[in-house]
Amino acid sequence: MKTTYREAVREAIREAMHRDERVFLMGEDVGRYGGCYAVSKGLLEEFGPERIRDTPLAESGFTGAGIGAALGGMRPIVEIMTVNFSFLALDQIVNNAATLLHMSGGAFNVPLVIRMATGGGRQVAAQHSRSLEGWYAHIPGLRIVAPATLDDARGMLWSALEDPDPVILFEHVLLYNMEGELPEQAGPVSIEGAAVRREGTDVSLITFGIGVFKALEAAEVLAEEGVSAEVLDLRSLRPLDDRAILETVRKTHRAVIIDEGWRSGGISAEISARITEGAFYDLDAPPARVCGVEVPTPYPEHLERAALPQVPDIVEAARGLLSGGEGDVA
Amino acid sequence: MTFPPSPPLPDPSHAHSLLRSMLLVRRFEEKCAELYTEQKIRGFLHLYIGEEAVATGSIAALERRDSVVATYREHGQALARGVPATTVMAEMFGKQEGCARGRGGSMHLFDAETRFYGGNAIVAGGLPLAVGLALAAHMQGEDRVTACYFGDGAMAEGEFHESMNLAALWNLPVLFCCENNLYAMGTALEVAQAETDLALRATSYGMPAWPVDGMDVLAVEHATRRAVQSVRAGGGPHFLEFRTYRFRPHSMFDPELYRSRDEVAEWKKRDPIVLLANRMREAGILDDAGMDALEAEVAEEVDNSVRFAEEGSWEPVEELTRFVHSDPEVAE
Ligand SMILES: Cc1ncc(C[n+]2csc(CCOP(=O)(O)OP(=O)(O)O)c2C)c(N)n1
Ligand SMILES: [Mg+2]
Repeated sequence: MKTTYREAVREAIREAMHRDERVFLMGEDVGRYGGCYAVSKGLLEEFGPERIRDTPLAESGFTGAGIGAALGGMRPIVEIMTVNFSFLALDQIVNNAATLLHMSGGAFNVPLVIRMATGGGRQVAAQHSRSLEGWYAHIPGLRIVAPATLDDARGMLWSALEDPDPVILFEHVLLYNMEGELPEQAGPVSIEGAAVRREGTDVSLITFGIGVFKALEAAEVLAEEGVSAEVLDLRSLRPLDDRAILETVRKTHRAVIIDEGWRSGGISAEISARITEGAFYDLDAPPARVCGVEVPTPYPEHLERAALPQVPDIVEAARGLLSGGEGDVA
Repeated sequence: MTFPPSPPLPDPSHAHSLLRSMLLVRRFEEKCAELYTEQKIRGFLHLYIGEEAVATGSIAALERRDSVVATYREHGQALARGVPATTVMAEMFGKQEGCARGRGGSMHLFDAETRFYGGNAIVAGGLPLAVGLALAAHMQGEDRVTACYFGDGAMAEGEFHESMNLAALWNLPVLFCCENNLYAMGTALEVAQAETDLALRATSYGMPAWPVDGMDVLAVEHATRRAVQSVRAGGGPHFLEFRTYRFRPHSMFDPELYRSRDEVAEWKKRDPIVLLANRMREAGILDDAGMDALEAEVAEEVDNSVRFAEEGSWEPVEELTRFVHSDPEVAE
């Protein structure tokens, strides 16, 4: 069945709503407007305003209400339009959702799913282009998931809802229009563990979200040069799949980590550290990173492009490792 | 809602300048919509068409020394405040001659010259800034007023509440200008606000607040003058609810599933530009020739802004990481 990432997420929501009466979707413009990225279009007509619940502009309020509803026995899917607006809800996410289980000595778990769009590349300037998955991955108590493929977009939501604790799903804005094939009966997909998207032997391109597709393109370019690149889609940023990361590095002996987020203190730093901690003696070169340039995302196309990781940057970093030079870009 | 009778027409030259200012915003933005389809302007573009009387009338009541804080729907405020159409258009193109060097685009117009503290793309994000600007004026003993624009939707955010309380508590010179256009994207006022009388809500902070016919530029200016005078005299923050309507979709991506064509048509009957032009015609201070001349003058200003933007230059990529921290030579 031909479908888009957007439709795959919508189908996942529909299925969850049918399967479990406790599931409801809540967020800004999810109902009458049809969702700011049209993900929930048509769901209001199908499920009604109680379960496709339009909220006022009140990120802290409705995210917190989602946490409360989860405590009270519901299974909310909270949609925050974009990660940029989730900062208004940070207190609820970090101090409540991520922490209640521990503070209550295990008495109160929070079975909440939060979905949000992330990423740049649409010329919407600094305040609308953040990629802060790594920030959230810093917080114990949260599970951070970044579905990149149609199968993951379709299948991870249900698994996230089945998790007894809070899960945040990051959907890269540039993926919503991505088209592809999905089986009619596509089912749940685990939210645990990374996946090798392309096998290779010379260098590992380790990434997630939109980075997967940039890495796959880079791998094509490298293949033409006789370099065999393996692409690892992390899928989960918390917990990280250490085993898969170390396995690919032990196989190729070289790693390029790609993240749209900034390098300093980012998730790429964490991955790099784990590689050096766990596979130092397997490395033929220091791990390289291709990250967002450390600047708020500028509006003009040429500057935005320069600020975000691009295929040639990845290719260059990989070449750098193979020629024995330093691989850091940006 | 019935409003008090519209104030009398001001002297002809002021009436003309109000009309010109609104017309400039209208024609400028119509051009922007065209340029958006040509992909000269990219990203998000939120048009103010229909709401021109609010920025025009209220900013006419401010002094040069006052400050303005706006939202992502701020072309009207920027132009009314006197940010040159040329540098606004260049900003929309992303050229380095733009009022924010092209870094910000449509949603982030800034201009130090006119104390224009920005477009802000986070709903309600500007409110605390306005409180702080007013705090600075207060602490420095300056009689500046800070005018802060935000939508009806912003009033559901926590930052609205926090800002209103702070401003009232500290008796700060802020003029809160709510542009109530009845929708926040696709969410109508009634489904977003438990109390839809927004001015009434503002009074609960102990500040004077009243609703204003936001389609009548004369009413807007009159109300703002009254409020500004009181704020400047130490009367603390005031709140004006401008009742208005956007004629266009929320942004260029909005399929407008949430409102009827009839409703839009009904509001278009109270087009703020037509309302003022008719008053002026009735008073005998505007005729067809006068209107044509004005249109021609505005068209030239818009064309000129487009030419300026087209001829502008792209900032070199080597400068990408500038303005993350202040350049050493400008840092104090
Ligand atoms: C904190 C935050 N949440 C959501 C958005 C997305 N968004 C942009 S404009 C808008 C509607 C705002 O409505 P209102 O305040 O009434 O202003 P209007 O657009 O009508 O001028 C929304 C939801 C945002 N920019 N910031
Ligand atoms: Mg509004």
